[in-house]
Amino acid sequence: MSAARWRRAMSAPLAGGAAARALREARVDAASAGTVAVAGPAGPGLAPSRAAGWRAAAPRSAPALAAIHRQAVAHAVVLALLLLYPAVATPFFTFQVGAQSLVLGMIALSLAFLGGYGGMVTLSQMTVAGIAGYAVALLGVNADAAHSMGWPWWLAVPAALCLGTLAAALIGVLAARTEGIYTIMITLAIGVAFFYLVQQNYTVFNGFQGLGRVLPPPLFGVDWRSPIPFYYLSLAVAALGYAAAVYLSRTPFGIALQGIRDNPRRMRALGFHVTLHRVAAHALAGLAASAGGVLLVWYNSQISPGSVNTASMINILIIAVLGGMRHPAGAYVGALLFVLLQNFAIDLVDRERFNLVIGGVFLFVLMVSPDGLLGIWQRLRAMLHPAARRRGSAG
Amino acid sequence: MRRHFPGALAALLGLVLLALAVAALRDNARLFGLSLLNGLTLAALYFLVASGFTLVFGLMRNVNLAHGSLFLLGGYIGYSVGEHTGSWFLALAAGFLATALAGLLMQWLVFRRMEGQDLRQTLVTLGLSIVLADLFLWIWGGETYQFDPPSWLMGVVPLPLVGKYSGFRLVVLLAAVVIGLALWLFLNRTRVGMMIRAGVDNKRMLSASGVNVQQVFAVTFAVGAGLAGFAGVMGGTALSIAPGEDVRYLLASLVVVIVGGMGSIPGAAVGALLIGLAETFGLAYAPTYGVVFTFLIMVAVLAFRPQGLMGRRA
Repeated sequence: MSAARWRRAMSAPLAGGAAARALREARVDAASAGTVAVAGPAGPGLAPSRAAGWRAAAPRSAPALAAIHRQAVAHAVVLALLLLYPAVATPFFTFQVGAQSLVLGMIALSLAFLGGYGGMVTLSQMTVAGIAGYAVALLGVNADAAHSMGWPWWLAVPAALCLGTLAAALIGVLAARTEGIYTIMITLAIGVAFFYLVQQNYTVFNGFQGLGRVLPPPLFGVDWRSPIPFYYLSLAVAALGYAAAVYLSRTPFGIALQGIRDNPRRMRALGFHVTLHRVAAHALAGLAASAGGVLLVWYNSQISPGSVNTASMINILIIAVLGGMRHPAGAYVGALLFVLLQNFAIDLVDRERFNLVIGGVFLFVLMVSPDGLLGIWQRLRAMLHPAARRRGSAG
Repeated sequence: MRRHFPGALAALLGLVLLALAVAALRDNARLFGLSLLNGLTLAALYFLVASGFTLVFGLMRNVNLAHGSLFLLGGYIGYSVGEHTGSWFLALAAGFLATALAGLLMQWLVFRRMEGQDLRQTLVTLGLSIVLADLFLWIWGGETYQFDPPSWLMGVVPLPLVGKYSGFRLVVLLAAVVIGLALWLFLNRTRVGMMIRAGVDNKRMLSASGVNVQQVFAVTFAVGAGLAGFAGVMGGTALSIAPGEDVRYLLASLVVVIVGGMGSIPGAAVGALLIGLAETFGLAYAPTYGVVFTFLIMVAVLAFRPQGLMGRRA
């Protein structure tokens, strides 16, 4: 629906100065978000005449092709490394570090998508993940028969994903009325309300204790919670989420969303339904967060109010900001750093002082680079290869 | 028709609440009176915390997520000073001054460097709140602290309807009214207050007319943070001070200013009244879901008046 709207808006006013400029801006911004090389050729519905109006896309020059090539190679190398990782890593590193990073990264991805492409930074992504987690525990099987519906997994998991997405859409309806910092405040308030609800309610959510022994289904005779299978399960879901986020950012919907991020008033004047786009972005991000939430319940094998408290909500924001929200990859980078700090900060300082370390690192990254680790990486690369910087500024 | 809808709804809601209040009064007058007083004193405390929050936001567009930490800082420092000197009033002064200084430092060292970057500032305050909470835990441990004010403040006051009531809670109420009036006078009758109001309306114009905006910012931040510290000692005396209270009061201020309207002191008063009363009555009459009432009020306000009850459209 939004795609149709987009096309309609695209085809009519493109000759007009302001409209063309807005769309070009949106694209150029997509480009600067790191998708320049691929966005042009792969962008659907991009007729040649339109591409001509877009200076970044221009004809596929040799450097652009080289960039596509380099990106494909980088992706393949990273994927190969991730696939081979369990072969060299200990079970601790496979499960506690690898799988946990992927799962947390998945939840942070939903925030990076919302924040990076939609310009909406929320604190409620962990709440959405928690809603899906509670749903899969309550609808499926857990330790306490009085609190479980006992549905089979193929019913409970999709239902949990749907519930999480629905909740995210509802949060989006509330949050889309606000902008910028207001969104953070409102989603924080919503998240804390949910935390109090699950903590105080014993009849459904089992209060403080939460729900235990929520395990992945024993499919194909594999114990999906043992380190290596769970790692591959998380990797598959995380890769899917990553690919979907990158793909979405290049669809008409994604481009329109980035346009709304940069200038909502202009996009509204162009005939886009700004609120609808925002709510849809919340729902899509909610789906990713829900998938992460289900995995997180399986990873912990339980869910309790502690999983959705303020600290956990803030942790997701920390992960996304640490990694950088300009590109979906940042979420996973940030999650890896976060998990490493969580596991090894004990060696640096007292076990009790973990929050001091993570807060300090967070503040440091924030002061040094607003774009997180990815931003630092890009600046380093630009320093080493001045040519890359020239390309970057042209795109 | 549509324009009158919120007004009619509010009137209807008021009638329903009035009917409920009458029913509660006839059923158990003492419980109702106690809840009312407790609600008012909680609202007073919330107002003390939220007024600083909203003052800072109104001028600098800075959502200070470390505001709860400042509240706790004021409480802890006040407690330590009170322990050493034995004077509660010194503790109160120390709480105010220490957090005012902390606020000044935050503005001077951090926020001045990232002006106009709302989101980044908010994230920095978030990071600060994490670090501060851990530092407090390190220095003051996980214990719960209670203050020891002079006995003439702590007396029990006989009141009609409820019998006896804690004198200090009435002091909190009085303090909130006095501070509210003082803030109003400060903002409306002094030169600095005039500059602050001008800054809320148009920062660049203020700067162009020759006012050192950075100084105005610093004063505002110091006053706002100092109020949080003041509330820390007040709240620590009326209730208690413990790790985790920072998040509680931060959340309370957030909800209060969302309901009341960002950047408006009268809005903070109205929001604090609504939230304080709703929380206390919720606790008295529907214990499990007291918090959910607060949330419902917020959703209702957002649905009908996104800028808050007293807020202006940005």
